[in-house]
Order: sequence, then structure tokens, then C-alpha cells
Amino acid sequence: MTDAEAHAEQAGMAHQFENLEQQQEADTLGIWLFLVTEIMFFGGLFASYAIYRWLYFAAFEGGSHILDIRLGAANTIVLLGSSLTMALSVRSAQTGNRRALILFLIATMILGGIFLGVKAYEYNEKFVEHVVPSLDWAPEGQTLARLAPGGLDHAQLYFFFYFAMTGLHAMHMIIGMGLLLWLVLRARKSSFTPHYFAPVEVVGLYWHFVDIVWIFLFPLLYLIGGRY
Amino acid sequence: MSTATLEPRVHAQRNYLNADYGWKSWLFTLDHKRIALLYMVSVTFFFIVGGSFAVLMRIHLIEPQGALVQPETYNKLFTLHGVVMIFFFLIPSIPAVLGNFLVPLMVGARDLAFPRLNLLSWYIYIVGGLFTLYSAIAGGVDTGWTFYTPYSSTYSNTQVTAVAIGVFITGFSSILTGLNFIVTIHKMRAPGLTWFRMPLFLWAMYATSIIMVLGTPVLAITIFLLALEHLFHVGIFSPALGGDPLLFQHLFWFYSHPAVYIMILPAMGVVSEIIACFSRKRIFGYKIVCFSSVAIAVLGFLVWGHHMFVTGQSVYAGLIFSMLSFLVAIPSAIKVFNWTSTLYKGSISYEAPMLYALGFIGLFTMGGLTGLFLASLATDVHLNGTYFIVAHFHYIMVGGAVMGYLGGIHFWWPKISGRKYPNGWAALAAGIIFIGFNLTFFPQFILGYLGMPRRYAFYPAEFQVLNVMSSAGATVLGVGYLIPLVYLMWSMRYGPIAEANPWGATGLEWKTASPPPTENFAEIPVVTEEAYAYSAEEAAGD
Repeated sequence: MTDAEAHAEQAGMAHQFENLEQQQEADTLGIWLFLVTEIMFFGGLFASYAIYRWLYFAAFEGGSHILDIRLGAANTIVLLGSSLTMALSVRSAQTGNRRALILFLIATMILGGIFLGVKAYEYNEKFVEHVVPSLDWAPEGQTLARLAPGGLDHAQLYFFFYFAMTGLHAMHMIIGMGLLLWLVLRARKSSFTPHYFAPVEVVGLYWHFVDIVWIFLFPLLYLIGGRY
Repeated sequence: MSTATLEPRVHAQRNYLNADYGWKSWLFTLDHKRIALLYMVSVTFFFIVGGSFAVLMRIHLIEPQGALVQPETYNKLFTLHGVVMIFFFLIPSIPAVLGNFLVPLMVGARDLAFPRLNLLSWYIYIVGGLFTLYSAIAGGVDTGWTFYTPYSSTYSNTQVTAVAIGVFITGFSSILTGLNFIVTIHKMRAPGLTWFRMPLFLWAMYATSIIMVLGTPVLAITIFLLALEHLFHVGIFSPALGGDPLLFQHLFWFYSHPAVYIMILPAMGVVSEIIACFSRKRIFGYKIVCFSSVAIAVLGFLVWGHHMFVTGQSVYAGLIFSMLSFLVAIPSAIKVFNWTSTLYKGSISYEAPMLYALGFIGLFTMGGLTGLFLASLATDVHLNGTYFIVAHFHYIMVGGAVMGYLGGIHFWWPKISGRKYPNGWAALAAGIIFIGFNLTFFPQFILGYLGMPRRYAFYPAEFQVLNVMSSAGATVLGVGYLIPLVYLMWSMRYGPIAEANPWGATGLEWKTASPPPTENFAEIPVVTEEAYAYSAEEAAGD
């Protein structure tokens, strides 16, 4: 059983692989494929959004103007910052700097938390303005004046997409936060070495993907038509 | 095979079946072979459930005014028959059972790339299945397996949400399976196993996995939107708020048409293996058959609009989709021609798996050719929504996919169980299934052509003779399916012990013991020859 002994020597290697390099390649290909499925998953939603935006542009423009562009922009910056700290975490794992790895992972979590906090505040605002489709749909005053030109029914479709797309994105963020926590716990136990850090890299790719989704969501939802 | 008598029959040899006996060793196993067996038991269960719904329908349709159930119940029967058979039997059948068992063996690896994801996929499948069974018990669904809006949103008061959740969840099990296969085939092939030395079953699995990975997420988001629509009436598919019901059909068929190829491509892979083995010949035009699998996977994504010729889809879109649908027939035809050419001057033996494979070729050809009627706009307007469609896709899915699955089970059974089954019974069952199948579904072509619409609980009296023929055929077919169930279970205990390579087949899976040890191979094999080197092997044996 020299094979088994050789396996045992290399920490973090699963029995089905011949060597660590093969495992790393498999992990990387696996996460890229998973991201492809995610693109298709969001893709169905983006395609539907595109169709309705094309059909009911005025309503989508009106709906977009209800959103707070400053909060959206601030959140974009926060999320880009979290991508930076995530990239630095992967680098720290590669160089074997455990302390920096843990710090950057926690920083990423904090930035992710800020994003979700702002998002929660924005959701709450929608209830205050009564623009939640089907559950609380009774826009009035200035909100009503902005939505009226495009038709209220079609504006409801816009807000449905707003909630479905940002909600699905937020759900991915929450899963990402859970994965980051798992990485922190493993890093504290010194599970990662410069030779074995695939989980950090894999979660990193996932986190960047979720960021990129937001990079598309921000202009699609917040920046329709000229405002200023 | 003259060396068979010299091989010592060591009954107590360690293998994946006798490695451990506790229930935990099955439910928490990471061994791809055991997970394949978990899947085999579960898909068989769902096949029986889905089959029972079909039996009730065929009994009902013996009389023109309906013999058995209320029309509402009939609607639920055909819906659940479709949902269970498609999402819980056909899609997982060959990939999750035979694919799980064979992909690591065929690439010469110890397991799939991600064994934990593999086990997870089975649990996800079971949870999705439980939701669907719950919905059946809690009142059923009556929308048809296609969940068209507004049947499924505005007008349905049945368990749409539970079934939607069930289908949504199960989708992830097929995504995980596909992802696992692609990574395994890319990264874990044994030394010397180049892409063009791979058995065609692996090519078929690869093409199938591409569809699973690209298509299933779109179904997931569609079902997700449908559930939101059903629960909150948000209007995305409802014209009342400016939504478009056709958008649902577009999104649904973007997955569900390629899903047809998830069902048929693996069966084609199985048939290629069987035809080569029992003709003792290399598959004619091996590379073209490889590429035809990939071509079907790619083209399959571009033809969904042919399900919507009679909806409000633009005529020009219809023309394009019609043309593309004709194109997808080409790689399918290539396969049929290449199998036939392989048979030519082969030394053919009619073992049970070969009977299923030959049955597949005939029935798939029928199903494929009648598909062309439906791909052309003018005939489709007449045939759409009739029993012609029902007959067409049953020739593909039952005549094709199920025959392929059974052929594969019979071909690899000695490897899976380490036992042989009685060949006479197997041949008899294959014959009964072939006859029963044709008796069930051929009359439906005629019924559809004469104009009998599908999904109705009643029909005009002049259609009774053909409907009774169909119901009689279903009885024969049911008996045909029960026989293998009995003798295969019998053989697990009482069948003669199978040697490592009972058919004298090529391929790495036959180079290890039957049943294989947990680690598959004592040493990782090295591949030095192309696939299906039958003539070379025969020459070496002389």
C-alpha cells in the first residue's frame, strides 16, 4: 500500500486523485463549470428583464428613478473593495501568511455585511414607499407621479425584477458569507499551506462572480435613462 | 474465453458490495458504484410509480366516455405520469445509474472527481422526489408536465408549488452529476487514454453533461419565477400586468427540449458499446460518432421553438426553428447509419443486450423520422397537440431511452452484481417489451393523424378499437418490464458467478474484477490501444 502512504503524506488530498496537482486542476475546473451554471441561472432572469425593459421602457425608467442611486453606487464600491480583499486573501494563502489570510477573509466578510445592511435598508425603503409588487403595492405622492407615465402595472413588473434579481444576488452573498466563515475556521486550524489552498481559491472565484453579477445589476436597475 | 475454466472462483474476494454491510455504509457511502446502486433502486421505484399512473390512464381510455376516473383525476394522472417519468426516471436513469457506475471505471480512475457532491446529488434527488410524491398524495397537479401558464399560475388550485419545488430541487442533482462527469472526463483519464481512445459511452456522457450543466439552471430559474407567479401573482407571465405567457414557454423549452437529448444521448452511448461488442467490430466511423454526440448537444439548444409553432411565435422564428430542427436530425441519422454499418459483416451474436440495442435502433428510427413531420411547419399545425406527438416522443423516450437503459443494465449487470442472469428469460423479456411497446404506441400515431387530441379524458367512439389495442399493448409492455425485475433480483443471489469479462468486451471496466473492488483497480491501468480493438484482441487470442 505504498500508494496509500504517499496519499497520507500529502495533506488535503482525496483518495481518488493521483497527485495534488491533479486535484487542484479538478477543483478549479469544477468551480468554473459551477460558475457557468450560475451564469445560465441568472441568464434566464436577465433575458426576461431585457425583454420587458424593451417592451415597457418608460415604466422601467420611472421605476429606476425611485431607487437611490447614491446607495447603489456606494454598495458597488463596497463590493469592489471586498473583491480586492478576497484577492488578497488568496494571495496570502499562496504565500502561506496565515495571519494576513484570516484578516483579509474577515475584512471581506465585513464588507459583504455592509453591502447586505445597505441592501436591507433599501428594501425597507421600498415598503415605506409602497412599491413592493403584490405584497405592498400602493405608490402615492411623488412616487406615483414618477411611475404614472410608464403605467403602474408595468412599473410593478420593474419592481418584481428589482426584487427577484437583487434578492437572488443577496442570497448568493449570504451563501458566500457562510463559505468565508468556513474558510476562517479552517485557516485558524492551519489547514492551508502554499501547496494546498484550493478551497480559498474556489471560494474566491465564487465571490468575484457574485461581485460581477452586481456590476451588471447596478447599471441595469439603477441607471436607466438620464436623471440629472 | 478458453481461459475461463482456469480462473479460480474466489467467492470471498473483497469487492465494493461485500466491503461493508451496515445501512450506514450505503447511505453515507462515497463510492461511485454504491451511489449508482442507490440511484438504481430509486429510479426503479419512480419508474413503477410513473408506470402505475400510465396503467390507470390506459384502463380509463378503454371506453370512449372513460372507464375509470373523473376527468379532473385523469388530468392529474397524465401530469404526474409525465413529471415522475421525465424528471425522476428518464433524466437520471442512464447518467446517474450506469454513468455513475461506469464513468470512473471507463476512464480508469478510482472514483469521480467529487465523490461528496455525487452523494449529495442523490440526496437532493430524493428530497425533490419526496416533494413530488407529497404533492401527489396531497391532491395532485393538473397542469401537464409542461406547467404552462396560466394553467399553472392563475387557474390552478392544485399542488403546483410543491411539484415546482420538487422539480427545482431535483434539477440541482442533475447539475452536480453533469459537473462531476465533465471534470472527471477532463482531468482523471488514465495514462494513454486520449480523447479519441475513449469509449463512445464516455463521449455520450460528456455531451449529456454539457446539456445538464447549461440547460438545467435555466429550468431552475423558470420554475423559480413560476413559483413566485403562482404564490404572489406578480405578473411576469400574466397578461393582466403586461406579462407574457409565451415567455414561460420559451424559457421552459430552452431547457426541456435539450432535456430530450439528456434522455436519448446516454442511450445512444450504451447502444454504441453493445453494438461494437456483439458485432466484434470497431464502431464504423468512430470519430464521426463522437462528434455527432457533441453536435446533438449543441444543436439541441437551438430548436426549442418547434414546440411553439402554433402559439403566437412569429412565422419567421418558426421558419428558422423548423430549419434547425431538421439539422439536428443529421447527427442522429449519422449514428443510426454508423451502427448499421458496424453490423455489416460483423460476427453478430444475439445475446440479450444486443436484442435491446437492435430494438433501440428500430424504435429510435421510427421516433426520429416521425419527428421530422413535427419539425415541418405545415404538418405540425395539423399534428400538434394530438396523439401523434404522444406516440412520437414515446418512441424516443420509451422505445429509445428505456430500451437503451435496459440494454445497458443487461450488458453491465455481470459487472455490477458479479452474477449472470438467465439469458433465455432476458431474450424473452426483450421480445415481449418490443412487441408490447409497438402495440401500445403505433396505434397512437394513427389516432393522432386522424385527429384525436392528447390530454382528454374522453374520445369519439370511432377511435375505440385503436385505443383498446393501445391499452392491450400497455398490458403486454407492463408484463415485459416486470420479468427483468424478477430475474435480475433473483440473479443477485442465485445467478451463476460472472467472470471479469463475460462478453469478451474491450474497455477498462472489463479489465477489473466483477464486481470491482472498492478502489476499482489494484493499479491504475495504462491504455495503449484505441477503443473497440476487437479485431486486434481476436487476433491476439488466436
